[in-house]
Amino acid sequence: MTDAMIGLVALPLAGALATLLLPRSATAVAIGTGLAITVAAGLLLFGVATQGALHYEIGGWSAGLGIALRADGLSALLLLMTALVMLAASVYASAYFSTVSERARFWPLWLLLWTSLNALLLSGDLFNLYVTLELLGLSAVALASLGGKRAAVAAALRYLLVGLLGSMMFLAGVGLIYAGYGTLDLAQLALAIGAGPVAWTALALMTAGLLLKTALFPLHFWLPPAHASASAPVSAVLSALVVKAAFYLVLRLWLDVFANVVTPAAADLLGVLGAGAVLWGSWRALQAERLKLLAAWSTVAQLGYLFLFFPLLLALPPGPARELAAGGLVMLALTHGFAKASLFLAIGIIQQRCGHDTIRELDGTAQRLPATTFAIALAGVALIGLPPSGAFLGKWQLLAGAVATGQWVWLVVTAIGSLLAAAYIVRVLGHAFGHRPYPNLPVSVAREEWPALLLAAMAALVLGLAGAPVWGLLEIGT
Amino acid sequence: MLTTQVLYALAGCVIVALGLRGALLHASLLQRIVAINVMGAGVFLLLIAVAYRGPGLAPDPVPHALVLTGIVVAVSATALALALARRLHAEQGDD
Repeated sequence: MTDAMIGLVALPLAGALATLLLPRSATAVAIGTGLAITVAAGLLLFGVATQGALHYEIGGWSAGLGIALRADGLSALLLLMTALVMLAASVYASAYFSTVSERARFWPLWLLLWTSLNALLLSGDLFNLYVTLELLGLSAVALASLGGKRAAVAAALRYLLVGLLGSMMFLAGVGLIYAGYGTLDLAQLALAIGAGPVAWTALALMTAGLLLKTALFPLHFWLPPAHASASAPVSAVLSALVVKAAFYLVLRLWLDVFANVVTPAAADLLGVLGAGAVLWGSWRALQAERLKLLAAWSTVAQLGYLFLFFPLLLALPPGPARELAAGGLVMLALTHGFAKASLFLAIGIIQQRCGHDTIRELDGTAQRLPATTFAIALAGVALIGLPPSGAFLGKWQLLAGAVATGQWVWLVVTAIGSLLAAAYIVRVLGHAFGHRPYPNLPVSVAREEWPALLLAAMAALVLGLAGAPVWGLLEIGT
Repeated sequence: MLTTQVLYALAGCVIVALGLRGALLHASLLQRIVAINVMGAGVFLLLIAVAYRGPGLAPDPVPHALVLTGIVVAVSATALALALARRLHAEQGDD
């Protein structure tokens, strides 16, 4: 099974080089690579489920000197979600980019982004995490600027500067950790670390850097322009996966590595920021005039829900109740990944077919693009958190945790946020079903519409109805 | 007692603070790119101070590896930032 781990990093890297050298057959190479990576991610999840957490030292160099790859239940789940979302977006992108020059620029960066996502999820030490964060940031910025319009370049530049600032803070924290504890290996750190000024300062620096990268309110200012002005497949992946990578690191640091250091007061602060993100992000999504901006503001809000879990997880004693809540958090993150990718891909189809994405002028879209409208509705079900979506299970655990620990305020925030989400989704659907007869026949391109539909079905049906194994997998730690 | 190591570490912290201030407060794009690089230099200085193990002893190689990688990353990120800034500038000229 360690072969699957190596493959997850080596395959997309080799694919990136191959697409760079063979620009004319880049699409075929990229789709083939994507299929192989998805198989590897599936094998890895199977391996973790049957054999427990996996560990591999590249070239036989032990941790400290060499690069060690690690996979537990959480990282295997996120790797598989990454693979499925990236594969669907790749199929979509093969139809979206029509000219050879567009494809030649897009595919190498796309596969590099995939490499850095996989490497980040498999890294087990702070130094490699820093390097993979930087690789992820650079490839994401380059992809976001590909659109070429002025707004896209300006947003990408701001994205890059914010990302760099975040990375520098993270690196300063890493330096402090090494000065204090003499190791960067996450497993060794978790045993060695104790509450104290060094650990607090390092955690504060690293968390601040990561919150900037994961765009938690009020550090979200860079996200809506960057995600709304990139091309559709890129927006989908930025919103669904790239911000989640930084969130995954916050989760790892707070719950695994620094578990002895974090205090309930600090977790409450994350919860308050999350609540701000839920309310402000949902409100701005409701006000948005363009579909892509709506989707981007909705990402700000959905990331907020993930942070609401932190005060609950710290208040709950270790045991079944806490594991249920932690599983709910991961379920919400997975559902949002699939749903948001689907939403952005569907919006891309509307933008290409209708020439705009202004919500007010969507009338008749449901007749023209029935499958795409259905995908938006299904993704909407998952974003609101209606049953049987995975988000319903996640929010249920959030509410159960809030009741169990007596923290009623998060319950109120979740209720208001879900109502606002229902309002902004229904607003889009209301316009899409508006009556405006079109003389031409419905246009349907399978390669474009299927990825969005399948991703939405994954979020709204599969995760909710067959998501129970997620909780079992999460118990497989490093 | 103010040892050389502490002096270097404190200087690193001051440079980080100066860079951070510049990155947050300057309006000009170029100034912000330079300020982030200044902040990076501060972080690297801090890491070099961490690597010091006393007179006559070889410094710890791990922080040095961190600094080297950090420099490579900072150079490539700055190149990307400057390329984007140039494109932005060129397109502004067209308007």
